[in-house]
Amino acid sequence: MAEIKLAESKVQELKEVCKKFNYDKSELINVLHAAQGIFGYLPAEVQEVVAEQLNVNIAHVYGVVTFYSFFTMTPKGEHPISICMGTACYVRGAEKVLDEFKRLLDVKVGETTPDGKFSVSSLRCVGACGLAPVVTVGEKVYGRVAPEDVKDILAEYK
Amino acid sequence: MTKYNSHILVCGGTGCRASQGEEIVENLKQAVVDNSLENEIQVVRTGCFGFCEKGPIVKMIPDNTFYVQVKPEDAGEIISEHIVKGRKVERLLYTDPEKNEHITDSKHMGFYKKQIRIALRNCGFINPENVDEYVAREGYAALGKVLTEMTPEEAIKIIKDSGLRGRGGGGFPTGLKWEITHNVEGKEKYVVCNADEGDPGAFMDRSILEGDPHSVLEAMAICGYCIGGNHGLIYIRAEYPLAIERLKIAIDQARELGVLGKDIFGTGFDFDVELRYGAGAFVCGEETSLIHSMEGLRGEPTVKPPFPSVSGYKGKPTNVNNVETLANIPVIINNGAEWFSAIGTEKSKGTKVFALAGKINNVGLIEVPMGITLREVIFDIGGGIKDGKKFKAVQTGGPSGGCLTEKHLDIPIDYDNLLACGSMMGSGGMIVMDEDDCMVSVAKFYLDFTVEESCGKCAPCRIGNKRLYEMLDKITKGNATEEDLGILRNLGNVIKDTSLCGLGQTSPNPVLSTMDNFPEEYLAHVKEGKCPAGQCKDLMEYVINPDTCVGCTLCSRVCPVDAISGDKKQPHVIDTAVCIKCGACMEKCKFNAISIQ
Amino acid sequence: MDIVKLNIDNKSVVVEKGTTLLEAAKSVGVEIPTLCHMKLHDMNYENNPGGCRICVVEVEGRRNLAPACKTECSEGMNINTHSLRVVNARRTVMELILSDHPAECLTCVKNGNCELQTMAQKLGIREIPFEGEQSHYKEDKSPSIIRDMDKCIMCRRCEMACNEIQTVGCLSAINRGFESVVSPAFEMDLEKSTCTYCGQCVAVCPTGALSEVDNTRKVIAALVDPSKTVIVQTAPAVRAALGEEFGLEPGTLVTGKMASALRKIGFDKVFDTDFAADLTIMEEGTELLGRLQKHLDGDENVKLPILTSCCPGWVNFFESNFPDMLDVPSTAKSPQQMFGAIAKSYLAEQMGIKREDMVVVSIMPCLAKKYESQRPEFAVDGNPDVDFSITTRELAQMIKGANINFEELDDEDFDNPMGESTGAGVIFANTGGVIEAAVRTAYEVYTKKSLSKVDFKELRGFDGIRAATIDFDGLPLRIGIAHGLGNARKLLEDVQAGRSEFHAIEIMACPGGCIGGAGQPYHHGDTSILKKRAAAIYREDEGKALRKSHENPFIVKLYDEFLGEPCGELSHKLLHTHYFDKKNKVELNP
Repeated sequence: MAEIKLAESKVQELKEVCKKFNYDKSELINVLHAAQGIFGYLPAEVQEVVAEQLNVNIAHVYGVVTFYSFFTMTPKGEHPISICMGTACYVRGAEKVLDEFKRLLDVKVGETTPDGKFSVSSLRCVGACGLAPVVTVGEKVYGRVAPEDVKDILAEYK
Repeated sequence: MTKYNSHILVCGGTGCRASQGEEIVENLKQAVVDNSLENEIQVVRTGCFGFCEKGPIVKMIPDNTFYVQVKPEDAGEIISEHIVKGRKVERLLYTDPEKNEHITDSKHMGFYKKQIRIALRNCGFINPENVDEYVAREGYAALGKVLTEMTPEEAIKIIKDSGLRGRGGGGFPTGLKWEITHNVEGKEKYVVCNADEGDPGAFMDRSILEGDPHSVLEAMAICGYCIGGNHGLIYIRAEYPLAIERLKIAIDQARELGVLGKDIFGTGFDFDVELRYGAGAFVCGEETSLIHSMEGLRGEPTVKPPFPSVSGYKGKPTNVNNVETLANIPVIINNGAEWFSAIGTEKSKGTKVFALAGKINNVGLIEVPMGITLREVIFDIGGGIKDGKKFKAVQTGGPSGGCLTEKHLDIPIDYDNLLACGSMMGSGGMIVMDEDDCMVSVAKFYLDFTVEESCGKCAPCRIGNKRLYEMLDKITKGNATEEDLGILRNLGNVIKDTSLCGLGQTSPNPVLSTMDNFPEEYLAHVKEGKCPAGQCKDLMEYVINPDTCVGCTLCSRVCPVDAISGDKKQPHVIDTAVCIKCGACMEKCKFNAISIQ
Repeated sequence: MDIVKLNIDNKSVVVEKGTTLLEAAKSVGVEIPTLCHMKLHDMNYENNPGGCRICVVEVEGRRNLAPACKTECSEGMNINTHSLRVVNARRTVMELILSDHPAECLTCVKNGNCELQTMAQKLGIREIPFEGEQSHYKEDKSPSIIRDMDKCIMCRRCEMACNEIQTVGCLSAINRGFESVVSPAFEMDLEKSTCTYCGQCVAVCPTGALSEVDNTRKVIAALVDPSKTVIVQTAPAVRAALGEEFGLEPGTLVTGKMASALRKIGFDKVFDTDFAADLTIMEEGTELLGRLQKHLDGDENVKLPILTSCCPGWVNFFESNFPDMLDVPSTAKSPQQMFGAIAKSYLAEQMGIKREDMVVVSIMPCLAKKYESQRPEFAVDGNPDVDFSITTRELAQMIKGANINFEELDDEDFDNPMGESTGAGVIFANTGGVIEAAVRTAYEVYTKKSLSKVDFKELRGFDGIRAATIDFDGLPLRIGIAHGLGNARKLLEDVQAGRSEFHAIEIMACPGGCIGGAGQPYHHGDTSILKKRAAAIYREDEGKALRKSHENPFIVKLYDEFLGEPCGELSHKLLHTHYFDKKNKVELNP
């Protein structure tokens, strides 16, 4: 992996966030949320900045980042696809829908397609159980998705 | 304040918003303007109505007309017909499935008839982004009453007498929890609202926060007064952006109104609330994990005691309650303990909110009195099983709960009865399953969840759940023996008996309860290599019956992997080597020619 | 004092409130098995995450089993530590742990010394009913420590040692659930992290997940090579602990047997690091007095306090944590490296062999010494001053491997000239020992008076941070002592902030000093062993005819014949070093 050069303006923005939180160690998770908001993901270099600013060990920051599934160290695709795997969606066939996305894009859950266009993730209950199974692509929500709809959904973004 | 003649309430819950709810609001507002009615009619985006199955929902006030499955393009007609001409838009009314007639008022719908809405009292009635509407419905009256008329002890006594128990899972008596935290010495104490609702298929806390955020803030302030704490923290899932946004608005408005902040109601009592975000860890629903997460650590639980009431956030006494529990507090203060304890069963008072989902006609969020039976919930409120299929099981309590069956349908729902049946109340997920659901696969689904969400701190949960999952996987692939079932059961019992926190102590429940209630299904997998529900892919093949197939080609067209071949008007054949067993062909076949063998 | 009464296995027990079930049971002779739990009594550290669940017991009236290590006794409890329910649960949990552990006992470095293996034997595990995925991680080999995390059982002791005792903080639990493991940030190799190689993680690891780099094969290869002259030096702490590996009581001194064993193994010369310790005192003591004198003369640029520099873990620690203070510690090399530098110059010349043909092996209680010997600045044209550093444990292994009956060995002496030492050199093994040795010499040099009593008991002890003032004939010399890097950090932060009042500070990275080094026989949580080793070291000191470094005749001779004077030109070249800013050693994206 090549070393990533962080944009100075974004690093500055992150430092401002840390300052806003008074460099309080117990705000680490809130700071990481903000960092992911700024950079889109949390590469090692970003974690390093956070560790330095909050004066915590980098190993600790990494331990926290890898504990919480919301944090990611790989950039998401241009169109992040999330398949709800909450129970309501599961019993209404979400797994088949997920399998179809994985098959058509040839990626595993949590991966991004080589062209950076799509990333596939599963999430637990978006709270739209009435529409099960639910798929979201970016901000857009697709309800009552059947495996054969997957091809058409992807076509919208190609 | 402008006085409007009518209000149009549009559901702003996540489900309805996902179905173009925002556009409906916009179009309705535009139609109001187009008809120059902006001084008479207000369009309000409310919290969740609960009836998600029929969303998006639009309700007309004052005549209570309940429109279902509304589309943005219906907005004009609703205004021109219902408002201007006084005629209901018949095609948008709910149709009673049994009598096949329209019902206009939600009160008469099967879905709502047996519900009592206490925690959800304001959801679907008020604009959650306007504190005035909350105040108009007795909002912050309870806080005023407690601060000006009661000692903390008196207020705690009301909560104790009401019999309210924690709605987040364990069912610990709320008043007692407050009393313990009250009695612990400490200058600095914290009130924590657990809004890290993580059960897959449960969204009651989210709906309350989205639909009635002030009720939670008010309850936290009351709790702060009772235990002697001035700091409130809401630990909320980052995956709930709408709830976060509404909470932020509510906190700002409450501060402006003076019901949060310094010297509330001139009583000298200070209380304020800040938000802390979860980051996707189910285990953080556990109090000690949640507290560690708020401290910027990995969300690993610690052995209790010490309980958070004694040593919690930053080592200070901390009272943790979940959202639904808190939402009950102001009403109990306003209406009294007796009023609340009149509802429910002997040991479980009040109501419970359930997220009803799965193979059921009326998916949605419901609030029912404790003591109601599963049968009433599933068949009367839920409208029975989808597509006329047969009821098989209902899973309560999410990954911590168990699968209940036909024989449990008439047991009154409360904490203790569910526990006695091998399940639990949990936070209130209720997933209905029909004859097509394989119970081994359902157990495996939950274990997959637990394996992913185990924090890894203790060995039985970290390794044991993984092994449980692997053994279930072996069963669904037809590779297990009867001896394995014995090992599976023992392992499940040991994980429950030895795990560090609530997650591991309950994670085997889906396995153990399905083994208890559906032993024949497990045996069919291991002895005969068959999946009776026809769900386990490795144990089945899709076959086209050449006698009934008319060669319409529909199946070959929907097949995602081109496994089906055959000429037009000739019987088709499935190449089992290519087939991925997705079942799309069987769903589409109009002649019932495709079956699982 | 509040007391509680309870019953454990039908025995009535009375304990102080706050006592755990584990301790209460022990008090009446009931040993409840534990795996992750480790209490380091004299250091006030306890690792009990309550994670392994091996110590579960049945508490009457409680729904589930309770972890004895984390459950406090309460009045009237009825405890059963071996009901069928408990035995079945304990066994099943053990089977689970083993189901995610490689069955490589035969070739594992911890074979015979593994707490997991012992537990499996104790519980009688003969087969594992669970099959499934096993955790797999890449092996991480640094110059000192090997991490083979496939063998990790998530007891979290290493994390506690690294973060709480040592405050190095290069290890943390990462990921979650079945994927969770203890690791440096970004799963980078230890070598790229801020690890100090103090090895306290290895010292507490119950399994073979963390171990030292084994250099014994290389040592044997050198011994069998006829073209090489292989000489060995033994650190002072080794003689007080080596016997434990052969079943001798902790605290048994085996100096003579050790020298004999080393000769039997085949070393050409058997020397003593204590000799180099005496040499260190000459250099470090002179440096201290030099700085002190300048300070007394009003030189404001002089750096005080002076910090000792013989501990390589400590050197690594300040290089990465306090890079703004690189000019504060003494520039004197450690005894190991002084030995190597003299051996490969003076001694090689005396023996008439070429530097390249001499192999210097050191026996150390320490893992950081392995790395230290590989520092590029301690080599001449790529030839290191010390070729191989092995631990006390590795030496024991070599002795066993050579089929030597250790207990029956006769005592033998070290060879000369580099085998002669004073009691001052011996006490380098203990916390407070280096500074006591320095005081013995510095006092006499500074005051030009003879010490009536060489024991400075005020410098001894086991408290993590100690302070003492020694009267240097009217000059109150203020001395600080810290052992364990967490304690060192506290003293260092004072120095950094300019509020330290000490003239000199001794720091040792390991709790107890070198006697508690990570290369010593495993104490398995019994820290009383460390105290017994420390006592043995003081006994050895007392038994010595000479107890002040400057009185060591071979040291005197070395300066006369070769070095000239302490801190002189040649000394500077051979016996002093400089330090590097390693704050940014952390390499991202490994």
